[in-house]
Amino acid sequence: RLRQSLLGRLPGLSNARRLLSAPPSGMPPDDEKPMFPGSRSSFTTQLDFIHPENFEGIPVYRLVNRRGDLVDGAPEPTLAGNKDLCLQVYETMLQLNIMDKILYDSQRQGRISFYMTSFGEEGIVANAAALNPNDLVFCQYRESGVLMQRGMELERFMDQCYSNDSDMNRGRQMPVHYGSKDHSFVTVSSPLATQMPQASGAAYAFKRMQNGLCVVCYFGDGSASEGDAHAALNFAATLDCPVMFVCRNNGYAISTPTSDQYRGDGIAIRGPAFGIPTVRVDGNDVFALYEVTQQARQLCLTEMRPTLIEMMTYRLGHHSTSDDSSAYRSVDELSFWDREDNPIIRMRKFLTKRGWWSDEQETATKQAIRKRVLQKFAQAEKRLKPNPMEMFSDVWARMPPRLRQQMEDTRRHLEAETSHYPELKNYKPIADVE
Amino acid sequence: CRSLAARLGPVCLDAASFSRRRLSFGPQFVYTPESADKSLGETSRMNLFQAVTSALDNTLANDPSAVVFGEDVAFGGVFRCTVGLKDKYGKDRVFNTPLSEQGIVGFAIGHAVAGATTVAEIQFGDYIFPAFDQIANEASKYRYRSGNHFNCGSLTVRAPIGAVGHGALYHSQSPEGFFAHLPGIKVVIPRGPIQAKGLLLACINDPDPCFYFEPKILYRSAVEDVPVNGYVLPIGKAEVLIEGSDVTLIGYGTQVHVLREVARLAQSELGVSCELIDMRTILPFDEETVYASVCKTGRCLIAHEAPLTGGFGAELAASVQEHCFLNLEAPVRRVAGHDTPFPHIFENFYLPHQRRCLAAIKDLIGY
Repeated sequence: RLRQSLLGRLPGLSNARRLLSAPPSGMPPDDEKPMFPGSRSSFTTQLDFIHPENFEGIPVYRLVNRRGDLVDGAPEPTLAGNKDLCLQVYETMLQLNIMDKILYDSQRQGRISFYMTSFGEEGIVANAAALNPNDLVFCQYRESGVLMQRGMELERFMDQCYSNDSDMNRGRQMPVHYGSKDHSFVTVSSPLATQMPQASGAAYAFKRMQNGLCVVCYFGDGSASEGDAHAALNFAATLDCPVMFVCRNNGYAISTPTSDQYRGDGIAIRGPAFGIPTVRVDGNDVFALYEVTQQARQLCLTEMRPTLIEMMTYRLGHHSTSDDSSAYRSVDELSFWDREDNPIIRMRKFLTKRGWWSDEQETATKQAIRKRVLQKFAQAEKRLKPNPMEMFSDVWARMPPRLRQQMEDTRRHLEAETSHYPELKNYKPIADVE
Repeated sequence: CRSLAARLGPVCLDAASFSRRRLSFGPQFVYTPESADKSLGETSRMNLFQAVTSALDNTLANDPSAVVFGEDVAFGGVFRCTVGLKDKYGKDRVFNTPLSEQGIVGFAIGHAVAGATTVAEIQFGDYIFPAFDQIANEASKYRYRSGNHFNCGSLTVRAPIGAVGHGALYHSQSPEGFFAHLPGIKVVIPRGPIQAKGLLLACINDPDPCFYFEPKILYRSAVEDVPVNGYVLPIGKAEVLIEGSDVTLIGYGTQVHVLREVARLAQSELGVSCELIDMRTILPFDEETVYASVCKTGRCLIAHEAPLTGGFGAELAASVQEHCFLNLEAPVRRVAGHDTPFPHIFENFYLPHQRRCLAAIKDLIGY
């Protein structure tokens, strides 16, 4: 009676009340099933540690092999049923690759301060192609392919790299830190994995808005070690957030190989640990990527929960222009992936075998792209930098008096000492801003 | 206690010596209730945590996008600031998060980036530090770095701060100094229930991410007749609570009430007339009010619980001496927590209490 009266005062424990005070017949005695809060499993007398090395890794979903052939027994990929989309995806990957080459070289020539390429990971274009253009994207820094697939103009990429007066970020950020409201692509920030819990939160808001959209969050194998990554997955799962987490596992975090980054079965194994439906995919197979992205998006939106995609790939380029990867990986390793297994070469083989592409088209298309990129590049290079007083706006929504004073002091200083700031001739005229 | 002492024999101290040795773990000031502007309408007796609940209630009622979350928020919160809100507005709007401050603030930033009104709670200001990367590197820079394409202005983060009598290192901290150093955010600290509700609503409606720190000792001890409807008080504006002519006293949060006492004692013991300013907003702070006051009085005493070195008082002191130099009769003084972690049994010797502040005023007058 005491037990019942105690339970009676605690709402939500009706299950326990039933189990503890139920009649002997019809209910299991309490030593047959664990009753700890949240318990789902059974008791065992077998003392077995789970040895993670005994588990074969989560398999890699792939449809088209390195030779550009549909794998035996594989279903016809959805993307392969759309020739126009295939060619558009392929050309976008080529454009990304060519723009990367030109901008990388421009940094070596001292024209821009810094650059990061997407070499080997252009397949991300196919992943973006399977999204709704209004799905909000949070990314790390090696996802320019998503923005390009969404249609951001070539010159916008270069304006940002040049920090000129047409830069969407108003000259405030290092190159490749793109962002675009119009393309639902949240501005890149250098700190790693910080975007991940933000993506969970944005997805929660989308769920409440019932707007039929999901949030997509890209991150790398290295970023997945950050605390923010774990918090993001846990929050997304417990709060039922329609966010698609996409991990670009490209084998390296600058010089740190994945063997130094984690001991478990990559990032995919962590998904189920957090209660998240997960798949591992060949990130160099655009057809598999497209399929997986479509399915993941569907799952996110019909079940209102997160998904995790680990796309296995390889970083062909250096981490950035500040890195020389020959210091930590072999030429042999690099040349294998460069020659045999990257998204562009594998899709090219498939398209050619289908009769949708040819060597002549390859040459002509690349030439046309190169010409276009160089033209936009030249334009971006000529543009002036923003009015230096733009350094002071957008810190707060409205400039507080103290900051306004700093702006005015700076303007007066520059006006008085113009001869000591010869670089001012490359900037728009100095003028106070709001 | 006396009869217990008798039963236990000589081992137990006698009652008289026991009461002499009994230490006080409570607040060392008297709270002076204020009254709200009549134009704000009907009021209800509320303590500070109830004023917070009222502000959140108004917000959830009027803004369908608004949500409130944090650890233990659903059942009402460890300081009862969210009592009744889940039942009234539903668990999709008032909810618990997993135990992760970096997750709470990161999630909150993203929720705000999506355009929804977001009020996140950090259970103790002492535990805000795991979220500092999200605050410093993300929230404060979101608008600037994106050329205003994106922002998290609809974010407000609330956390209890300050001495509570027995909190020691990890339940007493005042972290506002760290946040004062982050252009792009706002930092607000109320001194009582009426201020709390108006300033919290102002933060929630502010277009910048706001960090709102609630002096936890005032949750129960500060009680006023607070308007039941919504109203806002200005962010970025300090308030002169007592006008005076000899010394400017500057504080915020709990310290304002200590300084009220100090002003009274300065008058009665020293014949000194003090002007009392409550900063209310730490960032961006109200320079105009501060400089006008110190230029008038010629003497400035800044007091805060947070440790002395690098505390917010240092910024105020530097700015005051820069702008009021020729009007100063004495150096700008700060009375603050010592440069130690916040101690347990030594709290009464650590805090910038009345006697320490009064001693500083004596120095200022006699300089």
